[in-house]
Amino acid sequence: MAESSREIKRRIASITSTQQITKAMEMVAAAKLRKAQETVVNTRPYYERIATSLNTVLDGVKQGGEELPEIAQAREGEGHCLLVLTSDRGLAGGYNAAIIREAEAFLRKYPKTDMVIVGRKARDHFRRRGQTFLAEFVNMGDNPSARQGQDIGQVIMDFYAHGLFDKVTILYTKFINTVTYEVTLREVLPITDQLKDIKKDGPIPIYIFEPSINAVLEALIPLYLHTAVYQALTEAKASELGARMNAMRNATDNAGELIQELNLTYNRARQAQITKEIAEIVGGADALQS
Amino acid sequence: MATFQFEVVTQERTVVLADVEHVLLPGEDGKFGVLAGHLPIMAALTIGVLEFGPLQGKRRKIALGGGFMEMNNNRLTVMANTAELAENIDVLRARQAKERAEQRIAGQKADVDFSRAKLALRKALLRLEVANNE
Repeated sequence: MAESSREIKRRIASITSTQQITKAMEMVAAAKLRKAQETVVNTRPYYERIATSLNTVLDGVKQGGEELPEIAQAREGEGHCLLVLTSDRGLAGGYNAAIIREAEAFLRKYPKTDMVIVGRKARDHFRRRGQTFLAEFVNMGDNPSARQGQDIGQVIMDFYAHGLFDKVTILYTKFINTVTYEVTLREVLPITDQLKDIKKDGPIPIYIFEPSINAVLEALIPLYLHTAVYQALTEAKASELGARMNAMRNATDNAGELIQELNLTYNRARQAQITKEIAEIVGGADALQS
Repeated sequence: MATFQFEVVTQERTVVLADVEHVLLPGEDGKFGVLAGHLPIMAALTIGVLEFGPLQGKRRKIALGGGFMEMNNNRLTVMANTAELAENIDVLRARQAKERAEQRIAGQKADVDFSRAKLALRKALLRLEVANNE
């Protein structure tokens, strides 16, 4: 009995130290999440403004009866590009698995898909499967910057301009609140497809375009793409931190329950030991007396 | 002089929000100025200096990394790729960026993206120019 109670004690100690680690990770994630959440909220209005302006310009093109520049035209082909955003680090519950599952489904649906990958998790996964991809971005850190959005957006824009694919979709998680995120597929190129849902308030005034409507579009479309990528990066980061915080909280709670149960078992074993010793002493005394 | 609302935003933050009389912008076909009451206009902007403030007197400068402007309802918004106020420019960093870009261009290695290096050099030179005029 003594042997097993020592073992239980060791297990309790080991679980306690694990609990301390998960607790610390939970708090770190919570602190980072607060900042990431703020970034998400700050980025959304900029994106909407770009989209509204873009809409105005496209409207202007339509009214003027002009032809869209090549970069803004929808293409016939069926070549897709999927930008997959995952995290570099694990221990975030089902976060990365959910995204990778969606990516696999996309690949099955559109076999002619080239991937651009962000995050070590997706890269390692697809590398193991021998899947090729156009570009990878890892070690992105915990604060996505506009610069990162520009770099990734530029790579995609270059490929797109060279006609490597005809449609671009971003796969990321939309941040809803600290416990919820939504795996989202958002088509960003070609430009005409996704602007229909942007609402217009009142009649659009007639704009002057300087130096020309096409030049404005050519400046605006890359900016739009960069912003869409940056926004997706911030949303993904906030979702990831939220998922990690919750996973770690669950782990901490589980450890607490385990410790409680083990303590009970330990006390029971200790008591049984004492009872047994008393019985032995009493038995020995009885034997001496008789 | 009549003023209008002027705003410069990047993806990360609002750089300037002010009431001004005049803004001078780096358009693709050269610089152009905007005064209050301008008709609705959209323009593509290039890498260059952006000036704003009163028509006469002390004006502030921004090193603009290209972007897009929209004026409507007496409200001018510049959506910039990058934008730095002259007083916030890190001269040391700009100088390092300039040297790095120059080395890349001089090296002429096959794996160097030449046009990108040139762009970086242009931005670095612009930042130095804006900061030194301050």
